Amino acid sequence: MHIPCPFCGERDLTEFTYLGDATIRRPDPGADNAAQLFYEATYLRDNPAGPHQELWYHGAGCRSWLRVTRNTQTHEVLGAAFARDGAAP
Amino acid sequence: MHYSVFSLMKQALAGHRGWGPAWRDAAPKPAYDVIVVGGGGHGLATAHYLAKVHGISRVAVVEKGWIGSGNAGRNTTIIRSNYLLPGNNPFYELSMKLWEGLEQDLNYNTMVSQRGVLNLYHSDSQRDAYARRGNAMRMHGVDAELLDQEGVRKLVPFMDFDNARFPIQGGLLQRRGGTARHDAVVWGYARAASERGVDIIQNCEVTGFLRDGDRVIGVETTRGPIRANKVGMAVAGNTSKVARLAGLRLPIESHVLQAFVSEAIKPFIAGVVTFGAGHFYISQSDKGGLVFGGDIDGYNSYAQRGNLPIVEDVCEGGMALMPAIGRVRMLRSWGGIMDMSMDGSPIIDHSPMPGLYLNTGWCYGGFKATPASGYCFAHLLASDESHATARAFRLDRYATGHLIDERGVGAQPNLH
Repeated sequence: MHIPCPFCGERDLTEFTYLGDATIRRPDPGADNAAQLFYEATYLRDNPAGPHQELWYHGAGCRSWLRVTRNTQTHEVLGAAFARDGAAP
Repeated sequence: MHYSVFSLMKQALAGHRGWGPAWRDAAPKPAYDVIVVGGGGHGLATAHYLAKVHGISRVAVVEKGWIGSGNAGRNTTIIRSNYLLPGNNPFYELSMKLWEGLEQDLNYNTMVSQRGVLNLYHSDSQRDAYARRGNAMRMHGVDAELLDQEGVRKLVPFMDFDNARFPIQGGLLQRRGGTARHDAVVWGYARAASERGVDIIQNCEVTGFLRDGDRVIGVETTRGPIRANKVGMAVAGNTSKVARLAGLRLPIESHVLQAFVSEAIKPFIAGVVTFGAGHFYISQSDKGGLVFGGDIDGYNSYAQRGNLPIVEDVCEGGMALMPAIGRVRMLRSWGGIMDMSMDGSPIIDHSPMPGLYLNTGWCYGGFKATPASGYCFAHLLASDESHATARAFRLDRYATGHLIDERGVGAQPNLH
């Protein structure tokens, strides 16, 4: 599995560390149902079989956090962008 | 047919022409009392105990492929009950006790072989942690022995004890642990359940749930709708996919775990040995192959195959522990899809929808749990109450904070 880092180019899997689902957002701690929202953000996952948005850290490269789209059924990497840019690649 | 030395002799005299199929490959009927989704070890064990312990034999096990084609056929066959936490320990010990009587219960040779599970420690602090775990086990009536280096040398003399980085100081030994024949476990449960009237329906994928308001009243399958009073899910890595059909979102991620077997060699390793400084475990099958594995790959996957970095990582762990295996050639590797829960412990509980029950979150410890998982899931399906040893495995523990985090790493499934 190779990940096309937008800064370093296509690099081997061993240079990266996985965090998980990139669509999870930290909820508003001031919300009325904050406890429920934090439970959902911490524990519940869509866990799709197919394209998955996920966060990878390029620790042995440019040390950027990346937002990678990858097919969980085939391991095909469909795209990668800097996580700081927000939107899906 | 009852298997015994007499049936074997009778068949031997008849030229072995009278052996029938071990279990019935059934077609779906319109309705059952209970449908178990998933024809792996856990699902078939559930059906067996539903019929045997609770007298409910109008049961269907629906399986999308063939029985045992998922993780039941992809594990490293290790059985043990060396758990620390009170929520886990009695459950896995129930499983160990069921393993010990399984062949008599099923009248099937599942090749349960209690050759011992040895977890090595490599530092003083790790020794303390193992002493604590051993004490917790003994307090629950489970056997555990803390060995020093001499004790380990007597059992497994050929390891790299004086490794400069991770010297082997000793180990925690559970003598009652060992291995079982994974496929035979599947076939044995299938045969015993089938004999009691359970329908095992293969090539029958669940494509939806039949609903009456909130209540689940059956499943929609590729072989037509099947109705039931209760539906139990035991689908391991596919849990999120099947649950989504019922509109549920669960604290589960699917990850790939690889395992490996070498060419067959003469008897070498007596029991199961695990490397405490990395993640590597090894045993030897009766056929002679070294069966070993390590960490999950660490990213979400439904692919049933992993990548090369973990192959290298596992082999490095093996070489650090026992350099003697360096010249043995690897024969095969494979991957299974683990239902990794958010605290590393399983869920056997009601779902939020009446009529639908969950059995999931086995991470990569599902095989050893097979008998108790089936036993407790059957208890829940039959009585609507959790079995005494599985009460901690609640779905709502993530919301209430009553986690069972054996590794203590938090809600990060790829670290459990």
